Amino acid sequence: MDFIFQNILNALQWGSFYALIALGYTLVYGVLRLINFAHGDIFMVGAYISFFLASFLLGPLVGLSPAMVFLITVPLTMLLTSCVGVTLERIAYRPLRRKGAHRLYVVITALMCGLILEYSNLAVLGASRLKFPELIEKQIWDVGGVSITNLKVLVIAAAIVVFLFLQWVVTRTRVGMAMRAISYDKFAIPLMGIPMDNIIVVTFVLGSGFAGLAGLLFAMSYPVLEPFMGMLIGWKAFIAAVVGGIGDIKGAFVGGFLLGFIEVGVVSVFPSSYRDLFAFTILLLILWMKPTGLFGMPQSTKI
Amino acid sequence: MVLFAVGLLVAAHYRFIDSYIQIVAMTIGINIIMSTSLNLVNGNMGEFTCGHAGFMCVGAYISSILSVACFGSKFGDPLLPASSVLFVFPIILLIGGAVAAVSSLLVSVPSFKTRDDYLAIISIAVNYMILSALENMDFIGGSRGFQGMKDTVWAMVDIFDGPWMLFWVILFTALTVWIIRRFISSTYGKGVNAICQDEVAAEIMSVNTNKIKIINFMIAAGLAGCAGGLYAHIIGYVNPQSFNILKSTEALVMVYLGGMGSLSGAVISAIIFTGLLEVLRSQALIDGLLSPITMMFPDWEPSAGVIKWVMIPLLLVIVMQFRPEGIMGNRELSDVFPWLKKFYRFK
Amino acid sequence: MTQSLTQTENAPVLEIRGLSQRFGGLTAVSDFNVQLMPGELTGLIGPNGAGKTTVFNLVSGFYQPTEGEILVCGVPTAGLRPHKVTALGVARTFQNIRLWNDMTVLDNIRVAQHYWLGYGFFHSVVRTRRYKTREDEIAKEAAELLDVFDLKRYAEELPKNLPYGTQRKLEIARALSTHPKLLLLDEPAAGLNSADAKELIRLIRWIHETFDVTIWMIEHHMDVMMELATQIKVIDFGETIAEGTPEQIRNNQAVITAYLGDDNI
Repeated sequence: MDFIFQNILNALQWGSFYALIALGYTLVYGVLRLINFAHGDIFMVGAYISFFLASFLLGPLVGLSPAMVFLITVPLTMLLTSCVGVTLERIAYRPLRRKGAHRLYVVITALMCGLILEYSNLAVLGASRLKFPELIEKQIWDVGGVSITNLKVLVIAAAIVVFLFLQWVVTRTRVGMAMRAISYDKFAIPLMGIPMDNIIVVTFVLGSGFAGLAGLLFAMSYPVLEPFMGMLIGWKAFIAAVVGGIGDIKGAFVGGFLLGFIEVGVVSVFPSSYRDLFAFTILLLILWMKPTGLFGMPQSTKI
Repeated sequence: MVLFAVGLLVAAHYRFIDSYIQIVAMTIGINIIMSTSLNLVNGNMGEFTCGHAGFMCVGAYISSILSVACFGSKFGDPLLPASSVLFVFPIILLIGGAVAAVSSLLVSVPSFKTRDDYLAIISIAVNYMILSALENMDFIGGSRGFQGMKDTVWAMVDIFDGPWMLFWVILFTALTVWIIRRFISSTYGKGVNAICQDEVAAEIMSVNTNKIKIINFMIAAGLAGCAGGLYAHIIGYVNPQSFNILKSTEALVMVYLGGMGSLSGAVISAIIFTGLLEVLRSQALIDGLLSPITMMFPDWEPSAGVIKWVMIPLLLVIVMQFRPEGIMGNRELSDVFPWLKKFYRFK
Repeated sequence: MTQSLTQTENAPVLEIRGLSQRFGGLTAVSDFNVQLMPGELTGLIGPNGAGKTTVFNLVSGFYQPTEGEILVCGVPTAGLRPHKVTALGVARTFQNIRLWNDMTVLDNIRVAQHYWLGYGFFHSVVRTRRYKTREDEIAKEAAELLDVFDLKRYAEELPKNLPYGTQRKLEIARALSTHPKLLLLDEPAAGLNSADAKELIRLIRWIHETFDVTIWMIEHHMDVMMELATQIKVIDFGETIAEGTPEQIRNNQAVITAYLGDDNI
């Protein structure tokens, strides 16, 4: 019994990372119909930003206490990662949008930007892995045979809070309404007096910011960083978003946790090398049966 | 063209060109096969798949296993006499291609109902799945890789001491270009373009879109599988990670650099791309190019292998920004230089 | 090579019985019935969103009907994919011209012969005699068709470079190249000015007289419809509200109400 609960807890935590990243994919896709392939690497950038921030703040120049550092690092990482995301949008995607370039070209650009981020990191920082400093003292509670760490709870709570926040933004605020409007009809929006560029920037800010948060939390949970950490997680989170129904926030959230459960479930029964194989296969099967994802709406072409 | 190929072979045989250049030539050949075959799907048919290396991998492994079983000693005694190698080797490559073609059903069947973004994901997932599955198969090496194909190559050299792999690569490359050109220029093959330009119209104008999609994917994957087999025998060692998303990305870069749907574009960009990779391999060049930056940060020692992978994606980003239709656009070399039509008549 | 079913004299080319189509909660077509005899030129009209194109899509095979039967020359089309329905003898054009814009005009016609090519991948690569014969035949037939339609001078042009009216003509020519028994025209006059529309009326009349084909036409241009059709069916919200000759339809109260609304609001 404990075994099951332990695994459920692990799945929730693992799924939280996927959910946070998937939310970013889905936001950008919903608004721009663009698969931001670089998003997983923004997650990686967020993790590295938080590393440097934390190391700096803990270090001799500033020397704050770990708890303080944590409190400052969270918003700062999100802010800086948002900047990276917005810069990417400005430099790479916006010019193509201006030209009315085919969506395919933007997607390829996104894919390439992801590679550039990964390899730039590798080139500049080298192949040695960085160890993230411990910011929160680990507290382990033993609840009926299941060991729960405060960190795990924090991660899961963060995912839920972010989801609720985004749901609120998208459904209750004017910005959110504008985002949804863009996803329905891109051309009518400027005609309605809505500044499309600003809305898109907001989308990237939200998406990248939360990816940065995921990066920070991931770094805290699994303290070894390397340049390619975003690649596989990014791909998988993306597939999770699609399985959930891309463009839909609920879908990304559910998809992320679904993937978390599948992976943890597989590893608890089979040898861990089968994890990716099973995860991809199951996700593909779901996509095959329901091509637009669990919550997605069928996109039919007018004949 | 034939003269050039024969010349190359003769030069290699008599050691006029060293083995480094031979390897570059063979890499060019394999890249041509990869880019032209991916062009069939991503260019002519207008789909967006990102997992082409998966099919290369299938072909590589199947032909390697067969090769070692027939002529090597890894699985016990060789199944076939060494003297038959010259006939059997191309068959082995083709079988590898055939299995890869069948594996393409994993991507082509979903393509009936899914749009481009979704198909991209499916193709990436299939790529990962193939690699993942192979990594779990310990009896053929798992993630440590598989080797022993060199025995087959030695068997060929025993019969006649010549640059066999170069020969096979040239043969298969020429075959690939020939097959694709013939297929696409026929009315049957034009159905593929019709699907790209307007699938609804194609279906209504009597094109069996599902069947054509399957066939097109199978041709592309089959050719990639042959490329994989050739690659495996040149290196003598295969490892699933050689065929991961990076290899797929190489193929993507070549296709979009050359221009979607253009066969000559795919060939040209494969040559340019391979050349670029070789050039960027030179550490001296990298040091030279980056010297302004390294002067500012003296501790930084950029490695060529890594910088290469920053510059190549950057190149494609720039191409996308300023000339997204690629080098050739949608045209063939014979459209740009009509006088070339005198030299070859493919129709 | 038979390209469509042989036609017995008095059997309907198209028969639709009790056709209904529901998308989720919306009923697009409700209990639609029609019988088209060989050689007729019939019209289908109705306000926007009435379900006309949906009926065409159902006949073409793009949707499977929720209820009802469709028979082409007596053969039920249930479960057949569109290219098979085309092979049975149904061709159509679209509201928004769907030509293959990056292929030559000649190729547009040739690719429409795809189902009847008679050769496959192997032959196309090896270029056997079968391939050469078929390709020559198809090229010849396509050139002849273009000639008949007075489009021969455009044979090597790209459709996107042609004037709109010419593109429309080409689309119809392409549909006819599949030797259909039934030709579905979906708003062929859409986007044409009155001069081109007059041209189109002549063209359709000429096609009706020259080719052995039954024509069913959706159209909003009332003058085109009234000039050409012998029988017209009117639908609104998926339901048939009137049927008859152009004269009868013109004066039918229900039709007028459907299009213009009535005085009691």
